[in-house]
Amino acid sequence: MSSFNWQSIKNDFPILDNSRREKPLVYLDNAATTQKPLAVIDKVDEYYKNYNANVHRGVHSLSVKATDAYEGARETVRDFINARSVRELIFVRGTTEAINLVASSYGGSKIKQGDEIIVSEMEHHSNIVPWQLLAERAGAKIKVIPINDHGELDLNNFPAMFSDKTKILAVGHISNALGTINPIKDMIKEAHKHNVPVIIDGAQAIPHSKVDVQDLDCDFYAFSGHKAYGPTGIGVLYAKEALLEAMPPYQGGGEMILRVSFDDTQFNDIPAKFEAGTPNIAGAIGMAAGLEYINNIGLDAIATYEHELLEYALERAADHPQLKLVGTAKHKASILSFLYDGVHAHDIGTILDCEGVAIRTGHHCAMPVMDHFGVPATARASFAFYNSRADIDALFKALDRVKEVFKL
Amino acid sequence: MSDLRELYQQVIVDHNNSPHNFCELQDANRHAHGYNPLCGDKLSLYLTVNDDDIITDAGFQGTGCAISVASASLMTDFLKGKTIADVKAFFDEFHAALTSEHAKSHMDFGKLAVLLGVKEFPARVKCATLAWHTMQSALENKGREASTE
Ligand SMILES: Cc1ncc(COP(=O)(O)O)c(C=O)c1O
Repeated sequence: MSSFNWQSIKNDFPILDNSRREKPLVYLDNAATTQKPLAVIDKVDEYYKNYNANVHRGVHSLSVKATDAYEGARETVRDFINARSVRELIFVRGTTEAINLVASSYGGSKIKQGDEIIVSEMEHHSNIVPWQLLAERAGAKIKVIPINDHGELDLNNFPAMFSDKTKILAVGHISNALGTINPIKDMIKEAHKHNVPVIIDGAQAIPHSKVDVQDLDCDFYAFSGHKAYGPTGIGVLYAKEALLEAMPPYQGGGEMILRVSFDDTQFNDIPAKFEAGTPNIAGAIGMAAGLEYINNIGLDAIATYEHELLEYALERAADHPQLKLVGTAKHKASILSFLYDGVHAHDIGTILDCEGVAIRTGHHCAMPVMDHFGVPATARASFAFYNSRADIDALFKALDRVKEVFKL
Repeated sequence: MSDLRELYQQVIVDHNNSPHNFCELQDANRHAHGYNPLCGDKLSLYLTVNDDDIITDAGFQGTGCAISVASASLMTDFLKGKTIADVKAFFDEFHAALTSEHAKSHMDFGKLAVLLGVKEFPARVKCATLAWHTMQSALENKGREASTE
């Protein structure tokens, strides 16, 4: 293993302090949400204790301080994904809202009867349903990039999927159900050849690998704070400035206007145009603290370490003939989705939970993926940098218990 | 872990491995589908009810976790020979026993008592009740899909 000191990293996360609980916790559900380091918890706490105020609204010093912190968070995000300007970053509730914003505002104004939207078979429901709703409203059509049996995108026919009717490509950076890392840079390049803008669902990528939106040249990039060691209820939509300028507002209300009268309402400049109402101030501050925490460790070190964890887990899995992996892509993040010899994923989940090992079981909000593999559900262990080989050993020890209970 | 042994009792594991009445009844006159969206469990239930409102035969098909399969297996065993009125009365008591912490029943649940282990696992109660909701729906012959939600 690398020189990473996981033991001390674990100490940054109060919830992982096993001296505080009856039964040790092995948390392997990081793709659902990550735990929060004290650095994040303290930042949120400090805001509420010391300078809670509404933003952009008051002349009093508390509001100025809150506004500085909130806008400072936007700068942290800008730096984290290398956006050109903070004007390109909208704070939203999470990935889901970011995609809905694009579908509703961009899609609502640009996508018409007969137009086409390309998505992939491995998308999370949040990158399918907003497009379906839009397609239904507009009379547009959804085209689906298929996956192969390794859980990789089958791109053989990809260039031919574009036509002059194609209005957007919506694809995930890393699949939450399979762990597959998609070749989005190449896909974006191809889409741009056809003048088609691209939205990337980056929910699973942001905490695990360096994302540079300028280098990717994506048009939209969406992610959630809570999967990157930050609070729930906050996330980001990155969009190229020119697109945002041209898009109609998503929601109406305070903050997003310059002047309101019954004859004529003037919208605020971006990004405020897309942030109606009092935002999640504490969330933005906490999310920025999470990103700073990641920066302090370094995404390269994180990616290397997590890959070592995945390799170790795969090695251990190979010793279990009962275990069948779902998602065996060549390029894969630290997500292990599996079936276990006819035992339903929920039974696995319950037994593992009794052994103190928390994993996710179910369809992972990716029912088309489950359909592709002909299963109702999988068990999924997903690793973060605070996990260790010992945690993976605990996972496999708990799986032995499944064998025992079901007499396999 | 004693709770775990309580949940996955031998009877449950056995019924899961070889479920009873796991077939589609050709001459069924009551039929319903059940679906648990959380787990993706799917169940089709077939009942034959005679003119005296007695359930003469019961069968099911579908996929699900051990708890839901064992529950359907045990339930279809139980239903055979019972009247609709008996079953409805039983369901109310049994459902309360499965779902409410304080329910004290004087009823003897017989073999079905093994399912009460789910009480310690709130996330799994719906797995145990799916078959029963589907049965209710079949008896009411709503023709709609029963759902745990
Ligand atoms: C790939 C992917 N996309 C989108 C989402 C939705 O994120 P959120 O629920 O934070 O909006 C998730 C998380 O569940 C995800 O894993």
